[in-house]
Amino acid sequence: MNQTYHTLIVEPSAIITTGLTKILGDIPHFRKISTLSDINYLQEKLLTSPQLLIINPTLVVGTQRTILSNYLQTHPKAVCIALVYQYTEPSTLSFYHNIIDIRENPSKIISLIQQALSVQREEATAMDSYELSQRETDVLIQVAKGLSSKEIADALNISIHTVNTHRKNITQKTGIKSVAGLAVYAMLHNLVEKV
Amino acid sequence: MMTKSFSTNMKLADLISANYHLILILPRLGISLGFEDKSVEEVCRNNHVDPELFILVCNIYSFNNYIPDNKEITSININQLVSYLLASHQYYIQERIPHIEQHLHHIANRVEPKYGTILKKFFDDYKNEVFNHFKYEEEIVFPYLKKLCESNKYQSYRIEEFSQNHSNIEDKLGDLTQIIYKYLPGNILPEESIELVFDVMELSSDLNKHTLIEEKILTPYIETLERSVK
Repeated sequence: MNQTYHTLIVEPSAIITTGLTKILGDIPHFRKISTLSDINYLQEKLLTSPQLLIINPTLVVGTQRTILSNYLQTHPKAVCIALVYQYTEPSTLSFYHNIIDIRENPSKIISLIQQALSVQREEATAMDSYELSQRETDVLIQVAKGLSSKEIADALNISIHTVNTHRKNITQKTGIKSVAGLAVYAMLHNLVEKV
Repeated sequence: MMTKSFSTNMKLADLISANYHLILILPRLGISLGFEDKSVEEVCRNNHVDPELFILVCNIYSFNNYIPDNKEITSININQLVSYLLASHQYYIQERIPHIEQHLHHIANRVEPKYGTILKKFFDDYKNEVFNHFKYEEEIVFPYLKKLCESNKYQSYRIEEFSQNHSNIEDKLGDLTQIIYKYLPGNILPEESIELVFDVMELSSDLNKHTLIEEKILTPYIETLERSVK
């Protein structure tokens, strides 16, 4: 993780906000932190497009809940974490990507946040990326070398069905249908030396 | 609301206004320009072209879902259809493909040599595939049709073989356009690249119509003949 996450903490208690800012501030990617103590300004604050939201879920009711859920839908890469210090209904917590109890130690808090960020990043990538996955790239290389689906299945130790699914996805993502065209694609991307 | 099909009493100029691609059909059937406001029927008669064939080709060219009935197919002048197909092959081989090849080579010579080489090889392979495709039609299918027409004798060949092996010759052109506009370095001859993409897409679309004409006229025509000699 080399990027800096624009982080927004929504929490009325100055003590907790300050403490959390201190904990996160020790980690370089979380240095860009802003705070909001009054949830009524959430919509305005969201205009700054935070990627990481740490929110006290008891504040998120009524309109604020709609605002937050719209934001998360339109920003599939944003991660929203609940900061709880009392028992909270599991149903209220359902749309958070992870939950932090304020009694956790600092390193646990950091790891819970990082875990949520990495899961979310993978999901967002799978959802709207046109980049080939590692496995698709492996299959593409074999296709470019002129192997049949059966041969690829044997070489990569996967089923022929899986190979065909990968091939379909490769064509969908690259827009290239023919084997010869895929070979050119692989060459241009330096995946194979020559075909 | 678009009319479902063209008819021979319509003005030829109106057909071309409706679908400018139809202008490509004229030279292939030996129809010259300058036809004023004459009807399809009249222009065809003046140029010794079968109007029914001409309108059938126009309809297949313009309406993707157009399926001619057997009567329309069997009533055409089949020799003129073969001339049309041969003229199309010539147009692709002598004009469009060399034109595209020349521009592609020009671009390929400006990218890194190893990329340029593979690009040229891709097109060479494609070209060979298309040439073989046409050659098969010219050396096997058309002579077979001629024999069927001349004598009622049974032939060992069956048009079914052609239909089954009628490979798709447009996919690779689609791939070529994608490679040019998505994956080649963007700063290399952008104007020429865009022009090339246009030319390749036009060729691809025309080849698609060409295939449709073979599948919707030539093949059913031969099938009908085959049934009659059985």
